[in-house]
Amino acid sequence: MADITDLGVAGLRDGFRSGAFSAREAAEAFSAKVSRAKALNAFLVETPDHALGQADAADRARAAGEEPKPLAGVPLGIKDLFATRGVATTAASHILEGFTPPYESTVTQNLWNAGAGMLGKLNMDQFAMGSSNETSYFGNVISPWRRKDGSNAPLAPGGSSGGSSAAVAARLCPGATGTDTGGSIRQPAAFTGISGIKPTYGRCSRWGTIAFASSLDQAGPMAQDVRDCAILLEAMAGFDPKDATSLQLDVPRWEANLSSDMKGKRVGVPVEYRVDNMPEEIEALWRKGVEWMRGAGAEIVEVSLPHTKYALPAYYIIAPAEASSNLARYDGVRYGLRDLPDGAGLQDMYAATRADGFGPEVKRRIMIGTYVLSAGFYDAYYTQAQKVRALIARDFEQAWEKCDVLLTPTAPSAAFALGEKSADPIAMYLNDVFTVPSSLVGLPAMSVPGGLDKQGLPLGLQIIGKALDEQSVLNAGLAIEERADFKARPEAWW
Amino acid sequence: MSDYRIQGATGEWEVVIGLEVHAQVTSNAKLFSGAATAFGAEPNSQVSLVDAAMPGMLPVPNKECIRQAVRTGMALEAQINRWSRFDRKNYFYADLPQGYQISQLYHPLVGEGAIEVAVDEKNPDATKTIGVERIHVEQDAGKLMHDQHPTRSYVDLNRSGVALMEIVSRPDMRSPAEAGAYLRKLRNVLRYVGSCDGNMEEGSMRADVNVSVRRPGEPFGTRTETKNVNSVRFVMQAIEHEASRQVDVLEGGGQIVQETRLFNPDTGTTRSMRSKEDAHDYRYFPDPDLLPLELDDAFLEECRASLPELPDAKRRRYEAAGVSPYNAGVLTAEVETARWFDALLEAGSDAKQASNWVAAELFGALNRLGRSIEDCPVSPAQAAELLKLVADGTLSGSLAKQVFEVMLETGDDAGKIVEERGLKQTSDTGAIEAEIAKVIAANADKVAEYRSGKDKLFGFFVGQTMKAMGGKANPGVVNELLKKALG
Repeated sequence: MADITDLGVAGLRDGFRSGAFSAREAAEAFSAKVSRAKALNAFLVETPDHALGQADAADRARAAGEEPKPLAGVPLGIKDLFATRGVATTAASHILEGFTPPYESTVTQNLWNAGAGMLGKLNMDQFAMGSSNETSYFGNVISPWRRKDGSNAPLAPGGSSGGSSAAVAARLCPGATGTDTGGSIRQPAAFTGISGIKPTYGRCSRWGTIAFASSLDQAGPMAQDVRDCAILLEAMAGFDPKDATSLQLDVPRWEANLSSDMKGKRVGVPVEYRVDNMPEEIEALWRKGVEWMRGAGAEIVEVSLPHTKYALPAYYIIAPAEASSNLARYDGVRYGLRDLPDGAGLQDMYAATRADGFGPEVKRRIMIGTYVLSAGFYDAYYTQAQKVRALIARDFEQAWEKCDVLLTPTAPSAAFALGEKSADPIAMYLNDVFTVPSSLVGLPAMSVPGGLDKQGLPLGLQIIGKALDEQSVLNAGLAIEERADFKARPEAWW
Repeated sequence: MSDYRIQGATGEWEVVIGLEVHAQVTSNAKLFSGAATAFGAEPNSQVSLVDAAMPGMLPVPNKECIRQAVRTGMALEAQINRWSRFDRKNYFYADLPQGYQISQLYHPLVGEGAIEVAVDEKNPDATKTIGVERIHVEQDAGKLMHDQHPTRSYVDLNRSGVALMEIVSRPDMRSPAEAGAYLRKLRNVLRYVGSCDGNMEEGSMRADVNVSVRRPGEPFGTRTETKNVNSVRFVMQAIEHEASRQVDVLEGGGQIVQETRLFNPDTGTTRSMRSKEDAHDYRYFPDPDLLPLELDDAFLEECRASLPELPDAKRRRYEAAGVSPYNAGVLTAEVETARWFDALLEAGSDAKQASNWVAAELFGALNRLGRSIEDCPVSPAQAAELLKLVADGTLSGSLAKQVFEVMLETGDDAGKIVEERGLKQTSDTGAIEAEIAKVIAANADKVAEYRSGKDKLFGFFVGQTMKAMGGKANPGVVNELLKKALG
């Protein structure tokens, strides 16, 4: 039998159901790989007992002749933004170092209810702020991919869900949870040659997920392929009365309705996404993607999203504004880090705790957010940004009159080397240029691998869909997946 | 118009007052979490993960709190906003776990309304309208405890997240008395509606007092805000002190600084807490964890249908039924009294007779016993029976008093007491005539005086006859027979 850890979510599920292997065998095989892959720094905490416990329960249930749960036999990696009961949850920050929640996030609870187990907590950009994983307090994740030039320069796995992308790409887990605020699922998926979907805002409960920017944060799966994403998303999604922004809708049967037949579908290509200085290889991949869509039977239409260029500035006002308020609770009073210098008062404690507890990028965003919300600047920044957000929503509404999904590149470049952009926050923020507009409007969007660049690094294509129409997004992704036939994998060096 | 004026060294000053009342919403659960809200519980025993602002926790609005605020708005005949929104007010303090308070700055739940306030104690129909600018809903903070440890402060989060209504008046009040009347009336309406228990001692109602002074007829002066005053008396004291302080400053050539002040109940004075310069920048913005609050017709209908009869309407109903305006005002001033009185009316008592009896006899007795009407030893039904015995002539006024005393003591019904103790008044004309004859015979001189025009002596003969009858004679019959006998 082939290596069990090469199997994806569907393969593991089906293999377990057919009796090809036990859930324990799968959990043990993945746990072993996790414990040997420390060089990637993808996992902050390893939880083999959780994975084994869920696996044993699945095995017992099968022995008792019970109908297997949807994710029985599937162990997963969990981004450290999700609160996990009894397991340290830090958002890769110093300020929450050692914090162990006595509660379980709704998304992870949904996964455990579906039979999945947890291999461990995945490294990430601190508080999900970053596009390279370099802002983690616990050291950056290193991408399993390397350039062909022999330089062996450590590459960014993307961010903020960089632990998730690296772990799936290195086959340390068949799938992982991610969260996406401005591209944090899609960009790392693109950088590492895997698939990832951010569903419509409100599909996945935010309860128990550490907040970055509440109006944008949305959980989603990252996995080897589109089908695996559909399976995982079905388990993660669902109405949650504990989240006031959760959508009170049944979860569609995305997997059962997967189809790569694009006949009768119109695929929009937004002209404004042809940004300056985009590498020719990405242009070329985009053209290929268009051809694949056509080949799958879709009609291609050019559409205009005229306010696209304002999306990134608006995002970098709204997200920091919300973050500056969301992160106020980390004050050293109730949990997490407390720095209380001798003879210090309350204000000193706040200052010392937060100065020590937050990394530079988090501080930068808290400062930006505090500034744009302050008296005298609020209208010029925050109110204006919300107006832009409304205009961008209208752009998409108008586009949907002409097409069913949009096809764009996921990121303006392949994975860059660690350290290459960390000195220039603007260059780093530009990574989000294609992913941010759909985030601002809460639309479902996914990245699927399309090919490799000259250096042998993966490039991704993004599909954006109408609100609640994850099915069309997944179907278009599947159509690309079948035609791109992306089989490349990083060679194990770790 | 109030003619309250402060006599300064340089002339008269008028005081302008606006009140922001924080009223704790009566609800078993907090505004955005399921945690309980009972007063006086062990510190930190009523705290959910949401109230402690644990990572990843989210607020979910409690419909009952919204409902109570809407009902309150309706009781003040205020504009109910079908679309409102919650905003975050950001500041750091150890009693504020989230680092922000969820409140409503830009789009409050309730808009413009009004309260009719009695400005003359003697005449409840003499009223002044005080505008209510808005009512918004917000979270309370926790409480710091500085007396638990020599060098540390402790935090109790029991109140953290409890729902408050902030009821903001227009600057329409012109005297401490008007402010007091406004507060009492507001508290009364809240209690009628059941949306706040109005208990200022337990902190479930407190006021921020905005005061400025001006020369009569001139534009508003600069105001100060005295925070968290927790009784009607203190509010009146704070206004008095603050207004005269401002007059002193202005007459001394100084200027009033817009600032936040604190009231000291021990001295009845206010002192500066922080000035506008070091005021917080709260960085208000819409709470992205919450969707806008949209109210539908069915919900509003239910809120309206559940409103009880309010004090003004009740007062007018009592007056229409023959109750004097003064008594009507007294009977509706507290919801518990009104409820008791309504039960008395429902048991069949005549409104006028009953109101006089409640105002004189019942209140007198309760005062004497140091009891409130909620634990009155006599039920409305028992009282109704007593009043019926008076109305049908079975008991005279003085006999009724005796019976009532026994009722208070024993809790027995009036009929039983009358029966057992033989306290029934008599209209037996034969017996009364016999006693009258004896009285006339024994007081021949007084009879002569009376007959020569000294009418006042009639009362003497009534008294003598009643005494002879052991107080049980029907006074009407005695009067009638005496008049006949004395010619």
